[in-house]
Amino acid sequence: MSPAGQDVWVHIEHLRGKVAGHTYELLGKGREIADALGGQLIAVLVGNEVQPLAETLAADGVLYVEDAGLAEYTPGSHAAVIRALVEKEAPRVVLFGATSMGMDLAAVLAAVLERPLIVNCVNLQVRDGRTVATSQMCGGKLLCEAEASGPVVVTVMPGSFPSEAGLAKSPPPVEVVPMPAPLEAVGMRAIRILEPEPGDVDITKSAVLVAVGRGIQRQDNIPLAEELAGALGGTVCASRPVVDQGWLPMSRQVGKSGMIVKPKLYLALGISGAPEHAEGMKDSDLIIAVNSDAKAPIFDIADYGIVIDMYDLLPALTQALRGRRA
Amino acid sequence: MRIAVLLNMVPDLVEELEIDSTGKALDTQWMRYVISESDDHALEQALLLKDRHGASVSVLAMDYGDADQVLYAALARGADEAVNLTGIPETGLGKRAAAATFKEALGGIRPDLILAGVQAIDDLDAHVAGMLGGMMALPYVGVTRSVEPSGEGKVLVQKEYPGGAAAEIEVTLPAVVGVLSAPQPPRYVPVARIREVMKTRTLDKREAVAVAVPAEPAVIRLFKPEPAEHAQMLDGSPEELAGQIIKILEDRGLAP
Ligand SMILES: Cc1cc2nc3c(=O)[nH]c(=O)nc-3n(C[C@H](O)[C@H](O)[C@H](O)COP(=O)(O)OP(=O)(O)OC[C@H]3O[C@@H](n4cnc5c(N)ncnc54)[C@H](O)[C@@H]3O)c2cc1C
Repeated sequence: MSPAGQDVWVHIEHLRGKVAGHTYELLGKGREIADALGGQLIAVLVGNEVQPLAETLAADGVLYVEDAGLAEYTPGSHAAVIRALVEKEAPRVVLFGATSMGMDLAAVLAAVLERPLIVNCVNLQVRDGRTVATSQMCGGKLLCEAEASGPVVVTVMPGSFPSEAGLAKSPPPVEVVPMPAPLEAVGMRAIRILEPEPGDVDITKSAVLVAVGRGIQRQDNIPLAEELAGALGGTVCASRPVVDQGWLPMSRQVGKSGMIVKPKLYLALGISGAPEHAEGMKDSDLIIAVNSDAKAPIFDIADYGIVIDMYDLLPALTQALRGRRA
Repeated sequence: MRIAVLLNMVPDLVEELEIDSTGKALDTQWMRYVISESDDHALEQALLLKDRHGASVSVLAMDYGDADQVLYAALARGADEAVNLTGIPETGLGKRAAAATFKEALGGIRPDLILAGVQAIDDLDAHVAGMLGGMMALPYVGVTRSVEPSGEGKVLVQKEYPGGAAAEIEVTLPAVVGVLSAPQPPRYVPVARIREVMKTRTLDKREAVAVAVPAEPAVIRLFKPEPAEHAQMLDGSPEELAGQIIKILEDRGLAP
């Protein structure tokens, strides 16, 4: 690791023996940042019996910490290990995915290491030796450009950067680091992984999705979307608030904690287009968004947009589609 | 079990957001604040633990926006104590300063379990709960969808993973949990009930201790995104719009 403390570290997120896809995006971007800072790009891999994962990582080196106690991820154990490594090597920038794991680790580390934290970053640069991050805020309605002149911890929104540059053409050198921190005191242990409850349908397999958001307003209105989906030969899916209300099962949720979908048609009804939702659907072939707010961020990722109260459009559309069939 | 819930007030996204003359912050003059959505779920999670297993619930918020109203609503929903931390700038605090301020205020409460939303939408360092966990050197798990007691001095949390999966993690108390959702939607209380509570209960007003926080990122500018690509907008009567949509689908071979 270069002595000047200019290195860029990327947290290698993995689950069930597989590297999470966004990790390669972080490595690709991390390379640019490390080059601009004049440091090295280091991948930080923490787990048990996962050393083979290092082979695919495009980095100048991999720090690998292995222990039976790290077999299943817990924020406590993994943060303790990464903290000890950072304290010793003092990298300049530590990058995490803005994911369920990365959010935990980044926040705790920034606090204990007293480093600035920047979250939900969608662009990252080095300007005059400072790290400049652009972050999404307020459900995607705002962007904030901020800089850190010294060490910083950043979480990066998955899907922000291309992943090709992060995939190694040849295996990087791996340094196996002895356990740097005791795990007895972390105060938590992983019990098991709960698989998603099997849904009635697999929305990832549907070519046509009618997606409803909070704009649907009431559970009683879900059948209207179902009728439209029926007329289109598609399936109803939803944003998180609809699922949190218990109006549709978890298996229908699209986004960061739900499903990643790529249908031929994604018809978004009353969905604002928050980054966490967009993460799950922005690569759909054709996105048509219906929203009463002309400034909803969903219109920035949709191919076609309609500013209207969805209840004015829904019956007309369902009827027109049915009329075609008849 | 003593539970403390931390509430953050954030901009109401239903309203138009304006950037102030510095170009670095939101113009809070006309801004409406609402309770941060995941904090609302954190409160529901605490109240569920109280309902099902018995617990005392203290709710803390900082005195800006409509914090009073939100705290009274929390009492109406079933919280035992509502603490309003006064002496906060009208625009609120950055999330790191908020975490440090909450940390000081929690000293007098000494909760077994601290619940807060996993993310607030309005800051660069949005993760109050996680930063507080780090600052207090307590176990921290975030992005949870359920918290249940699990034997003496422990809770079992379900931490969300992508695709609907979750990890079950047992956490030793005292601990901090960053809630994404409660197992059920935040309960509704009628306005009349909140009004009644406003007459019969008082908020515990406490002067917040000003805490210096270490290096925060320096904001260069705050701006509205100008998309490289914006949707092609369709216009017309509902019937005309339906026809246009069908035409688009036909062109792509997607019309049924
Ligand atoms: C860690 C984490 C993970 C998350 N995971 C997910 C996830 O997997 N999936 C997900 O979706 N979200 C997720 N979220 C939540 C996400 O941040 C947003 O809160 C959510 O996507 C908002 O859903 P929405 O667009 O339906 O609601 P809102 O943002 O409230 O938008 C509702 C929209 O409906 C419009 N509207 C209202 N009435 C009408 C009408 N009559 N006609 C037309 N339009 C109308 C409004 O203009 C508004 O744009 C996550 C958040 C966090 C912090």
